[in-house]
Amino acid sequence: METLSVYVPKLVTNKEYIASGHRACSGCGEVLAVRYVCKALGRNTIISNATGCMEIISSPLPETAWEVSWIHTLFENAAAVASGIESGLKALKRKHGYTRDVKVVAMGGDGATADIGLQPLSGALERGHDFIYVCFDNEAYMNTGIQRSSETPFGASTTTAPSGKVSMGQHTWKKNMAAIAAAHNIPYVATSCSSYPFDIMYKIEKARKVKGPSYIHILSVCPTGWRCPSSDTIKMGRLAVETGVFPLYEIENGEYKMNFDYPKLRPVEDYLTAQGRFRHLTKEQIAEIQQKVIVEYEKIKMLSSRKKGK
Amino acid sequence: MTSKRVGLESSLGIAHAVKLANVDVIAAYPITPQTHIVEGLAEMVANGELDAEYIPVESEHSAMSACLGASAVGARTFTATAGQGLILMHEVVTVASALRLPVVMAIANRALSGQLSIWGDHSDVMMARDAGWIHIFVENGQQAFDQTLCAFRIAEHKDVMLPVAVDVDGFHATHVIEPIYLLDQKTVNEFLPPYVHPTPLDPDNPVTMGCFAMPNYYFETRKALDMALRNSRKVILETWEKFGALTGRHYLPVEKYKTENCDTLLVTMGSFSENAMMAVDRMQESGKKVGLVRLRLWRPFPTEELVAALSGAKNVIVLDRAISLGGPGPVCSEIKAALYPLEKKPHVVGIIGGLGGRDISPEDFITLVELGLEKIKTGHTGEIIMFGVRE
Repeated sequence: METLSVYVPKLVTNKEYIASGHRACSGCGEVLAVRYVCKALGRNTIISNATGCMEIISSPLPETAWEVSWIHTLFENAAAVASGIESGLKALKRKHGYTRDVKVVAMGGDGATADIGLQPLSGALERGHDFIYVCFDNEAYMNTGIQRSSETPFGASTTTAPSGKVSMGQHTWKKNMAAIAAAHNIPYVATSCSSYPFDIMYKIEKARKVKGPSYIHILSVCPTGWRCPSSDTIKMGRLAVETGVFPLYEIENGEYKMNFDYPKLRPVEDYLTAQGRFRHLTKEQIAEIQQKVIVEYEKIKMLSSRKKGK
Repeated sequence: MTSKRVGLESSLGIAHAVKLANVDVIAAYPITPQTHIVEGLAEMVANGELDAEYIPVESEHSAMSACLGASAVGARTFTATAGQGLILMHEVVTVASALRLPVVMAIANRALSGQLSIWGDHSDVMMARDAGWIHIFVENGQQAFDQTLCAFRIAEHKDVMLPVAVDVDGFHATHVIEPIYLLDQKTVNEFLPPYVHPTPLDPDNPVTMGCFAMPNYYFETRKALDMALRNSRKVILETWEKFGALTGRHYLPVEKYKTENCDTLLVTMGSFSENAMMAVDRMQESGKKVGLVRLRLWRPFPTEELVAALSGAKNVIVLDRAISLGGPGPVCSEIKAALYPLEKKPHVVGIIGGLGGRDISPEDFITLVELGLEKIKTGHTGEIIMFGVRE
């Protein structure tokens, strides 16, 4: 930590693009991730934001927290709006002497990305627009009060899939958005987590240089929805990665690369028991999750060991 | 003015106007009876005749979304849709006006499903009525060409900055091959200045577009939008005046046809006006005092002009090509509301007809007027007549 405090100010820009004073909950991992994403993107950026937490906390009329050009229109169409921005700038460059090298970025939560906005996202990825899509995944519709999404993990209790006498809560496994994005044969896909600022910035910088679409899926800790102390935000993200629940990897031109490979994963119990949303789980259910996590983790590792042409 | 007259399908006339407007971005999704417009544009782009980004989106919702993004960076933007496409797009349609983005859209008016119908009526556009767009109805290919060009000038005018829809009846107007006077590029360039967004999405001058508004701000944003839409009237009139001077083709919010000394006035909107004109000719030949009032500007609603056109008549018969299920016809109810404050008001009767592409011929219009007058005679003007429908 001591060395970090010496080097960090030299490695990371002091410039903020999302101002303090926004209305995020204390301990919000998502706005932290947005902050790092913006730092890595820099000034020459236009953001198309889906409806959700990040939109609501940052843009109450007549105020704004944004210090980059930013547009919000609707819930499901951030990628489609981004495709219009990118095409508009292309036409302006070709026809009207526009010279700036602007990166267009669409961002949304897990609901905006994996549920209601999956079609516009798929369309924009397939059409090959030069843009980055960032999903800030806090694993439920947190803005409207913790309703389940297709990114809510197995066993979590939410307000629309609550645990009860005859239900364990979410009974489906988390949708694999990175694989869905990669299936569009786009140049760059990566996962990251709000507790890993350098990993986020590294991947965004990389995506910025890509010509064509890239997709970054960032697990964003939400103490409000996950029911954990707001002081545990960083710890919870680290546990998600160290237990193998949310592995950090890249898919570059179809090639997988595990970024943090732990010789020995921590037991998922460490992660699950620290959060109120998993409080009701039985030992057997935790064991089932443990098994699935190992299978999925090994899959990514296996894919990472395959190199092109071999 | 230089122009040449060519035989062209109306849809391709619209595409030609969009090309002359030198549009920057087209985002579109295929749907009958609109598709010929965007096919025409795709061909122009593919052949290098039009330098534009053509985004073949995966839905109408994304078509309008992409238009918002493009328009917000300062690119001239066009799309076209119809029927279910407009309804699917509807969520985004309301945002275009709220964010004051001057997107131009051709709507090939089409009936709405349950029972799928690809044919024309005004049900789709009536559901978009309250979305804050300027709506201009046209009757034929020439008007479609002319109004598409006018639409860009109106929408992008600094005093307007609102989206404009050119409403073209599906098939009856979109698919007809007509002689159309096209304009040359030089004339269009004189008429249509470049699009300049005053505060675009720009890295050098960061802006925030599409804030959320709490109850203490939301109402003011709506009032501002309503004022902008009402005030657009001035630029619409000025644009049509300029266009008239340039081409000899004159347009007004409410257009009268042989209305002098008429007791009875028929009101139509869209392509059926042409059949209604033929019916008026025949009725006047046989000594009947029946004239025609055609509504061209649907939003902002031209109350003043309508009152001026209709207040002298004894009887007003309004044809609606849409059904407001469980209520009066949309055009008729607005006309009644406009005439209500008058001390001496005409009898108004509403007729619904031409749904799902059903034709109303000139002969039918003569019958339709007779039916309307019969209702007025019996004093049952509150009853809605459904014209040409089986019991």
